[in-house]
Amino acid sequence: MTDQATEIETFSALTDKEPQKPPRSQWRDVWDQFRKHKGAVFGGGFLIFITLGVIFGPWLWDVDPKGLDIRNKNWRPIYTLLWDSSVTAGWAHPFGTDQLGRDILAQMIAGGRVSMAVGWLAMGLALVIGTAIGVIAGYFKRLDFWLMRFTDLVLSLPILPLVLLAVTLFRQPLNSRFGPEGGMFILIVAVIGLTSWMQTARIVRGDILALKEREFILAARSIGTTPGKIIRRHLLPNVISPIMVSATLGLATAIITESALSFLGVGFPSDYPTWGKLLADAVQRMQDFPERVLLPGIAISLTVLSVNYLGDGLRDALDPRIRGR
Amino acid sequence: MLTFTIRRLLLSIPTLLFISLIIFMLLQLAPGDPMAQVPLTVPPEVKQKMREALGLGQPVYVQYWKWLVQFFWIEPQVFIDYLTNRSFLLGWLPDTALYQGELRVISWQTRSPVMDIVAQRMPQTMWVVGLSYVVGIVIAIPIGIYSAYRHYSIFDQAGTFVTMIGFSIPPFFTGPLLIVIFSVYLGWLPSIYDTTHVVNDWASFKIQLQQMIMPVMVLALQTTAQISRYMRGAMLDNLNQDYVRTARAKGLSESVVVMGHVLRNSMIPVVTVIALGMPAVFGGAIITENVFKVNGIGQLLLTALFANDLPMVMTLTFIFAILIVLFNLIADVLYGLLDPRIRYD
Repeated sequence: MTDQATEIETFSALTDKEPQKPPRSQWRDVWDQFRKHKGAVFGGGFLIFITLGVIFGPWLWDVDPKGLDIRNKNWRPIYTLLWDSSVTAGWAHPFGTDQLGRDILAQMIAGGRVSMAVGWLAMGLALVIGTAIGVIAGYFKRLDFWLMRFTDLVLSLPILPLVLLAVTLFRQPLNSRFGPEGGMFILIVAVIGLTSWMQTARIVRGDILALKEREFILAARSIGTTPGKIIRRHLLPNVISPIMVSATLGLATAIITESALSFLGVGFPSDYPTWGKLLADAVQRMQDFPERVLLPGIAISLTVLSVNYLGDGLRDALDPRIRGR
Repeated sequence: MLTFTIRRLLLSIPTLLFISLIIFMLLQLAPGDPMAQVPLTVPPEVKQKMREALGLGQPVYVQYWKWLVQFFWIEPQVFIDYLTNRSFLLGWLPDTALYQGELRVISWQTRSPVMDIVAQRMPQTMWVVGLSYVVGIVIAIPIGIYSAYRHYSIFDQAGTFVTMIGFSIPPFFTGPLLIVIFSVYLGWLPSIYDTTHVVNDWASFKIQLQQMIMPVMVLALQTTAQISRYMRGAMLDNLNQDYVRTARAKGLSESVVVMGHVLRNSMIPVVTVIALGMPAVFGGAIITENVFKVNGIGQLLLTALFANDLPMVMTLTFIFAILIVLFNLIADVLYGLLDPRIRYD
């Protein structure tokens, strides 16, 4: 008798009418795993902070970044007063002013706007191209060979020299059409986007190739779903995690490439601040005013660092094999 | 393996040709005019003659063909002549005298052969880039091994953090930062790389060492960050394998297990990453050379670009492309040689 009773109790879980715990969605699991990665949470938070900061900064600190004030030039940042009370510094310009009296905090905000906008847009462009090529190559067998040969070819192009080349060569015609700032913006976003889609395409293609053979795609095909619908409804949602991870990498590279171009002197025009441009302009006077190199440099580095940590955390969180542990 | 190598070598020829065509077409679209610096008082027909003297009068495909012939046929002849004539290594061979004074790729800035200038600039880049790569690898591999072996230890956490920082800080920030600290405040190291400096005794060797430390370390930081991450990942993959347990079970010492068994297997992917990363370091050298004023090929490319010197830009960009294709090939071949599981044939 007692034996039977324990046996029934062991299998009592089978008689449950409904699950004992409420069902959890996939994204909740992802979020729980993501929260465990301290660096990723911190990186994500910093990225949101800096993005909001450069978007809403001009309203909080409404000093014109291009406004010249030659009487108040070469102010030092406010913190230099801590160890040297003889410098000109004050709350009117917390980060100081440059050699033409432009407020550095306002310039940093304006520069961050451009750098972040270039980063986000170039990453978006690279993602769209990479995903499109990856999906098409993975799904349509006839195009696979040629598209992947093309990807390999672009991968073996010398990217930085070609980017330098393209930016110098096409500056003039675009500037005359869209103005010096708009033209340069379009050019840099396009050049970075067109040269950084290859990794995304390769990863997406690999995943699509594996997914395509699964039963649910066969089922979808058997009820007459068109290829376009299969891609949109069934394949794209399943490759969203590698796309998100390569998005973070793309954002980091785009910000660094834009700053490198500005630093080498082929980027935006000189009165148009970006973080790279501010850094490059300050290098000439870094002996007297090291903070002008440090501030934009730290801004670039911290943003890229936070994006990289975010990518690390996302990779762990989106990988179901790691998530279980 | 040999057939695979030969097939890859043959396949890289059309790739390189196609890349050269892309670069050439991009340059053809350039709106810049090499005659823009010529004074306005020079009459247009003279300008036209000057343009033709630079080889611009002919149709595009003739220009491209001429460049191909000059780069792939005449320049190797000059190089072989140099090898058999003056070089230290092969100078004992009879002089070949292949080059009979045909037109070579001429720079528009200096009106001298492009490859001669490249040959002058190459040693500086090679020294800085090559040394930084070696230094980076030598630092990265022990860090990767140890942080994988002591997974989640303080060393591992700190190492991962430092490599992440090295990954994120761009060289155009670390360069000026090091200059501010070591050249301006401390005054230990020169901020400009002096290429004319000749090493002939210990004192001058010390100066050479001092001026090389900063550019080498800036580039090495990037390499270290990348390679130690790969090394750590590869070691972690291998440390949990069954053969490691077997090796420990039969009583091998820990050092033999880690350094002999695990390390050798983990080096396979790392070696290919090292080969693949080489061209990227040359690319990064463009920025570092600009920061430290090293007059290597990166700086040559920049000045040529600003001076609208199209033959120089074309040749240099193509040299970068050759490096990438070559190192991709080396990586593939090495992977096949090192890993017996990979069979290409």
